[in-house]
Amino acid sequence: MKFRKFLLVLFSYTLILTNSYSIEPDVFVQSTVNRASNILSKNISKEDKINELKAIAKETVDIRGVGFYSLGSVRKTLDENQKIKYSELFESYFLKSFSSRLAEYTNPEIEVKGKEFLNKNYTIVNSILISTPERPEVSIDWRIYTKDPDNPLIRDLIIEGLSLARTQKEEFSSILNSNNNDINALFKTLKEFSEE
Amino acid sequence: MFRKLVLLLTLIFLTAFNANAGSDGELILKKNKPTEVKDCFETINRATFAFNQALDGILFQPVASAYRVLPSPVKTGVSNSLDNLSTLVTIPNNILQGDYKKAGVNSGRFVINTTVGILGLIDVAQHLGFPEYEKEDYGQSLATMGVGPGCYLVLPVVGPSTVRDATASVATFVGGDAWYNVTVLNDTQHFSDFDYYASRVTSGIDFRAKNYDAIENLEKNSIDFYASVKSLYLQDRQQKILNTNKIIETQDDSDWEEIETQ
Repeated sequence: MKFRKFLLVLFSYTLILTNSYSIEPDVFVQSTVNRASNILSKNISKEDKINELKAIAKETVDIRGVGFYSLGSVRKTLDENQKIKYSELFESYFLKSFSSRLAEYTNPEIEVKGKEFLNKNYTIVNSILISTPERPEVSIDWRIYTKDPDNPLIRDLIIEGLSLARTQKEEFSSILNSNNNDINALFKTLKEFSEE
Repeated sequence: MFRKLVLLLTLIFLTAFNANAGSDGELILKKNKPTEVKDCFETINRATFAFNQALDGILFQPVASAYRVLPSPVKTGVSNSLDNLSTLVTIPNNILQGDYKKAGVNSGRFVINTTVGILGLIDVAQHLGFPEYEKEDYGQSLATMGVGPGCYLVLPVVGPSTVRDATASVATFVGGDAWYNVTVLNDTQHFSDFDYYASRVTSGIDFRAKNYDAIENLEKNSIDFYASVKSLYLQDRQQKILNTNKIIETQDDSDWEEIETQ
């Protein structure tokens, strides 16, 4: 009897330990947008806002995953050194592009509306960007990578049904196509963008 | 004679673009996948795109910027009126796509909004609980009949299109748009050519104003703005053809599955 109780306690304890840090994708998205929104409404310089937004992005976006997705099938042809170089360049490019896009907004209000479980790796979280006198309401879906449920990560933003990751992938593909699939041309473009 | 010519042109067009009456959703999805649409005229397209960008900078951007500061009820009224006019193209396309129920709903919407809604300024139908309005055009109808998009095109002033969609828009000029018929095609004495062209220009400004920040942002942060616009346009068309805004229905997820970073 005592042993059974012990097993029960042990089992419950294990359950608590394994689940206590699991974050629901919709809660994760709402908390991330709240954090970003707080930064954007702060009375600090644009540069400081950008730096703080970059820190959030590093923590919540699977930048490496988005980078390799954006590269398409070309990623299979890269050697290890090229992969490392690409990941570094992509991260700089992504953080600059992402944070300067967001920094234009002042206190955007995003409301999470629901979620759609796709499989163990992905959940789509549905949200809306509340309308303002200047622009109508915008629907934003988030592709959340949930392979590690304790550490969900954003992989794509789908605005009014249009995928940003897919757009980026086609942009990279266009650069590669017009340069005979030479990865160095893409490296150069990414570097130039980040250093601008 | 003219009818015969239109019929002949339609037949040539359908044959050239490999129309398949038995197409199912999957085939339509595949045909309209943005990556499947070839950019056969890329050099000319890029030149036209640059011209359109210059025109935007001189005309559309400043006008849209001023339009944005108008009071919200004015902008909503203009937008509603333009949507109301567009139902005149949507209704025949609902019928062409075999969606008679939507054709009925949209006809009701048009009658209510034109009369009670004061020439479409107020979307009374929406307040009465009508389903959300979805625009349809002749390009979408051809796509649902199995006609592929053909090559990507950038038209002067009008912007991104495909060979199918550009060809389909000819329908407007041969009686397919009741608004064009009563303004330009026939002398109805109530409306003039100016009304039609003013509505088209206003529609462009309304679109530019609604997407003002998004376009500015995209341009500033793109490493190939032309490719970004092309991708967004083709994704949008694919969604409209399939009448869905669910990414899981329009995006092939296999690339995501391969990437394991956790």
